[in-house]
Amino acid sequence: MKLAYEISHLLAGVMLVVSFALLYQQRIAAVLNAFAAQSITLALAVAWAAWSEDRPDLFITATIAFLLKGIVIPVALHRTVTRLGVHREVEKVVGVGMALLVGLALCGLSQALVVKIAPVAAGLARDELALAMAIVLLGFLMMIVRRNAVTQVVGFMSMENGLILAATGAQGMPLVVEVSVAFSVLIALFVFAVFVFRIRERFDTIDIEALDRMRGDRR
Amino acid sequence: MIEAYQAVVLVPYAAALVLAAVPGYRVGAIGNVIASAAAFAAGLWLMLGPPTVGSYAIVDEFNVLFVAINTLVGFTTALFSASYIGHEIETGRLSPGFLRFYHAMFQAMMGSMNLALVANNIGLMWVGLELATLITVVMVGLYRTPQAIEAAWKYFILASVGISLAFFGTILVYLAGQPVLGEGLQSMTWSLLQATAVRMDPALLDLAFIFLLIGYGTKVGLAPLHAWLPDAHAEGPTPISAVLSGLLLNVALYALLRFKMLMAGQPAALDPGPIMVVMGLVSLIFAAFMLYQRRDIKRFFAYSSIEHMGLMVFAFGMGGPLANFAGLLHMAMHSLTKSSIFFAVGHVAQAKGTQRFAEIRGLSVSHPRLAVALALAVLAIAGLPPFGVFTSEFLILTTTFARQPWLALLPAFGLLVGFGALLLRLQDTIFGEPVGPAHRVDASSVPMVLHLMLVLAAGLYLPPALVIWFRRAAELLG
Repeated sequence: MKLAYEISHLLAGVMLVVSFALLYQQRIAAVLNAFAAQSITLALAVAWAAWSEDRPDLFITATIAFLLKGIVIPVALHRTVTRLGVHREVEKVVGVGMALLVGLALCGLSQALVVKIAPVAAGLARDELALAMAIVLLGFLMMIVRRNAVTQVVGFMSMENGLILAATGAQGMPLVVEVSVAFSVLIALFVFAVFVFRIRERFDTIDIEALDRMRGDRR
Repeated sequence: MIEAYQAVVLVPYAAALVLAAVPGYRVGAIGNVIASAAAFAAGLWLMLGPPTVGSYAIVDEFNVLFVAINTLVGFTTALFSASYIGHEIETGRLSPGFLRFYHAMFQAMMGSMNLALVANNIGLMWVGLELATLITVVMVGLYRTPQAIEAAWKYFILASVGISLAFFGTILVYLAGQPVLGEGLQSMTWSLLQATAVRMDPALLDLAFIFLLIGYGTKVGLAPLHAWLPDAHAEGPTPISAVLSGLLLNVALYALLRFKMLMAGQPAALDPGPIMVVMGLVSLIFAAFMLYQRRDIKRFFAYSSIEHMGLMVFAFGMGGPLANFAGLLHMAMHSLTKSSIFFAVGHVAQAKGTQRFAEIRGLSVSHPRLAVALALAVLAIAGLPPFGVFTSEFLILTTTFARQPWLALLPAFGLLVGFGALLLRLQDTIFGEPVGPAHRVDASSVPMVLHLMLVLAAGLYLPPALVIWFRRAAELLG
């Protein structure tokens, strides 16, 4: 039991470290690689929970995380970015240093909030919860401080990785598999939005600022 | 034999499957009306039946009220849509294939909203609301103009963040329930959670509620999380604007209120009341001022929806039987009035071929009957007697005044500011010299008139049975 806990803790910790890595990347290709690494770590964490807690249905969630978010989506986004040819750099709203500082503060915040909660179920869920919340908040931060459409999608998906980690950590929570499928549909729609609507073709850029100019009110 | 609560969910979903297979948009539009009528009948059936609590579904006075409004407005919107949407094909904004998709999605959205309303499981409720939101995102982008895609994208990003945060809150509620109720489905069953809330960890509930408030609050359109709402209303098809304002915002509010009831079960947890009062007031006053700067008629009324959702959240935040009663009544009146306004706006957009205020003038000369209907609807939403919105706003203000006299000044101020903007815009559009083209209007005015008559009737006389029903629902809210 102790070892099982240490390993799941380690994997969740790696995911958090990758969340920080997502914040300081300069190139979109690197952001996508970091995201793939995070998703594969998530798949490992979920698979470990499935094996050590004997919850075989979680293997489905792990497989979806690995195939869809670890491989298919990063590859698809890589190809989009290459095809567009421009905007290989990450466009920032605030600098790397500032983003990392805010990220640290968010980690502290999630720890401080979770500490107030009475220890439930031998304290296992509590630490996982703090890590998962930090990953969710960092994903949120990434959506705010990076304004390119691709990096926003990655920020959202990283947020979702944190959610699935939290749902896995909640002992015996039903619907985890269903929800991970629903979320995958959501992501597919996101990628669909980037691909099929081909924002680039209409606006010549995937910078969200350009979209802002299209607001009907400013016609 | 299926139960009424199953019918309100299954009828629209089945209709969605059928409509997706029906070629020909005229048949699809008629099928859409028939399916919505059937769902409305199921809603009425649910209303007459006894309250039930099952492992997946819950039926009490509180959510039956929402289902009744949902299915009624769904039905009238389908009627409006059937007469309206043909015009979009004539003008080439939509192709018949997209219209087939539109009808199927309309029913799927109604089914998902009803699912969120009758679900007795916090996970299922989340799934219903998420599905309904995703479908509206697709509908908002239906015209595929750059503006529509921008609106859909923004809605998508903000709604997904809302969805994620609400889901995190749901996980936290499960974690709070798990030590009390044990692992598994029962710790997500709403009725069991509420019954045992007093034994849950207050700190965990606090944390959960903050996430749920931000998550579902995004959907309600509370400032400062409202940014998606005006664009989504303006760029999608008009029937969808009516459903967004009249129904989807309500369903999100419903989810929020369910969790407020849960919080009330644990006295040691934080009181959601003051937070909701503040968020409601900020939305109300902010939206009232924003009304003055709008140049697009649908964006204008979208901000008016933010204003009214703010007022409702304020009323529910005040709490107590009378304020809850007023809040629920206001919700019903707002749904009916705002959807009738969007129907009227649909007419105006067809007549003038634009949504810009600058190009909509002198309706009383070019389209006198439409001008009268629009004027009545706008006066109703502005809160003038004898319409039902006046009754509910008056109740909210008087009950606030009786308890916290100074606090009542703020919503009254916000409403007055909004009132000024509404009258100003109304005067510009109705009177003066007509400008621009004046096309024939094909859309049916029956749904619009029906809604206005209901709102007028509610303002003049509320039947005692209805009052008792609203009162019971308000008592459930605590």
